Amino acid sequence: METRVRKINPNVLRDWFMSYLFLLPAFGFFLVFVAYPMLRGIYISFFNYSLRKFEYVGLSNYIDLFHNEIFIKSLWNTSLLVIITVPVVIVFSIFVAMSIYRKKEFARSFFRGVFYLPAVSSVVSITVVWGWIYHPNYGVLNYLTGLFGAEPISWLGNEKTALLSIIAVLITTSVGQPIILYVASLGNIPTSYIEAAQIDRASSWQIFRKIIWPMLMPTNLYIIVITTINTFQCFAIIQLLTSGGPYYSTSTVMYGVYEQAFKLGNFGMASAMGVILAVIIGIISTIQFKYFGSDVEY
Amino acid sequence: MSSSIQAGMKAGIPRTKASGKKQWSIGGIISNVILTLSTLFFIFPFYWIITGAFKKQTTATAIPPEWFPLHPTFQNWSDLFKNAVWRWTFNSFFISFCEMAAVCLVAALAGYVLAKKSFPGRKIIFTLFVAAMALPKQVILVPLFTMLADFGWVNTYRGLIVPAIGWPFGVFLMKQFSQTIPTEVIEASKIDGCSEVRMFSTIILPLLTPALGALAIFTFIGSWNDYFSQLIMTRSTSMMTLPMGIATLQGEYTTNYGVMMAGAALASVPMIAIFLAFQKAFTQGITMGAVKG
Repeated sequence: METRVRKINPNVLRDWFMSYLFLLPAFGFFLVFVAYPMLRGIYISFFNYSLRKFEYVGLSNYIDLFHNEIFIKSLWNTSLLVIITVPVVIVFSIFVAMSIYRKKEFARSFFRGVFYLPAVSSVVSITVVWGWIYHPNYGVLNYLTGLFGAEPISWLGNEKTALLSIIAVLITTSVGQPIILYVASLGNIPTSYIEAAQIDRASSWQIFRKIIWPMLMPTNLYIIVITTINTFQCFAIIQLLTSGGPYYSTSTVMYGVYEQAFKLGNFGMASAMGVILAVIIGIISTIQFKYFGSDVEY
Repeated sequence: MSSSIQAGMKAGIPRTKASGKKQWSIGGIISNVILTLSTLFFIFPFYWIITGAFKKQTTATAIPPEWFPLHPTFQNWSDLFKNAVWRWTFNSFFISFCEMAAVCLVAALAGYVLAKKSFPGRKIIFTLFVAAMALPKQVILVPLFTMLADFGWVNTYRGLIVPAIGWPFGVFLMKQFSQTIPTEVIEASKIDGCSEVRMFSTIILPLLTPALGALAIFTFIGSWNDYFSQLIMTRSTSMMTLPMGIATLQGEYTTNYGVMMAGAALASVPMIAIFLAFQKAFTQGITMGAVKG
């Protein structure tokens, strides 16, 4: 140690000092508004914390949650949301990307734009118009299905269809970024690979399976991770369309966090739910990285 | 599922005849049909917002639906502007703009240093940033909210702008991009006796411009659409943002879809315009964040 310390000359020290100075604003804001709240969230989750009191209760928030039917249902709904949304987003995005990446520049940016629209325009706007489309009496959807002889459905008021209706909206807001990424990665695959396979009379499916899919793996990983996280975070669509109802059929963990904290004022309970959500997402992201990410690094 | 991928395959990789003309396969036709139908499905809500904003209340809820407003009315817009819509629009632009400027500056400084300097703790700090990014933002919102409530920042501009600066995505993006700056440029200017601050402002920042453009658009749109933060941080009507305000109108105008659509149009058109104007930079930014640098 002694010798190392002596070796550092003033120039290097000044360089370090400047580096820390440049880093300070970003890292400072990060510590105060991201890192500290994360730790504080874990701390609060051991308390019965509302506007009136702040008392230590140990693990009882967690124990209560796992005995709470509504929370269990929210966990189940969240899982459904992820299990349906993520694969559909992946398959649909790859399909669109493969259909458009060889098109002319103008057509490509047109389609990218179309599929990005719901993600970029306000989520509130999208949700509000879908609320109208789904309306049991005035909605276009029931009118269209009625043309085929179907009975009108209360899409958002029915336990069986509410979550699926939410998922449909969520999917439209989720595919924009994956499509852009897939188009970019497909463009990076050398055409010579595909041409060689075509000369060997490989079928389209074989080319996809053996060449394109493996080469998309790093992109897949990134897209699966961000889509999973975004789906867990889905909030505005649920709050504005169903407020978690009917009978909690669209209540997710994220929505539960909001309800506990900002409607019922149980910040401790809400933090415990937040921690559980973070742990679940952490585990899933780790698995996804392990499974797909052997050759991905930052 | 697999057949639709196959269809996409055939469209994506046209087999070429000797003449070089595309050969239309059944798969190609199917894939184009699906593409067209999904395009319609994605555009329809926007069509419905725009046309709905000009429909009379009586025809907006008519069945069969009025596909096009035959007798357009501006009543919805004047009803909409009876609310504090100007204020909400100002709030949205102001908050998004401040957040954008702050994030870009802070992230450019940190990203450059993390990519191009070596100093003790560099790796740990970068790992912390990346790890935090993988955790959902909403998880910290409850503790963040109670903290900001202690500060007395609820229902203030500060409360909406400042916490968002800490989110590390910008730092990550800037680090990725800074790595592409040739080290020779930095070394050469150092030999010429350029001070660190001067080098950053006259050499690094201009080189970072494309990435900063992308980050700026990202942050602006992200801030505009950060509904959850807006919802928990605003209390009074005058502090509401545009999306937040439109969302509260939902209760008031439950069945008046015209007013709702006018509001929805107002909240989304600026973002769509920004996106279309800067689509190229935006697309590059998305790719930059994902593809390793």
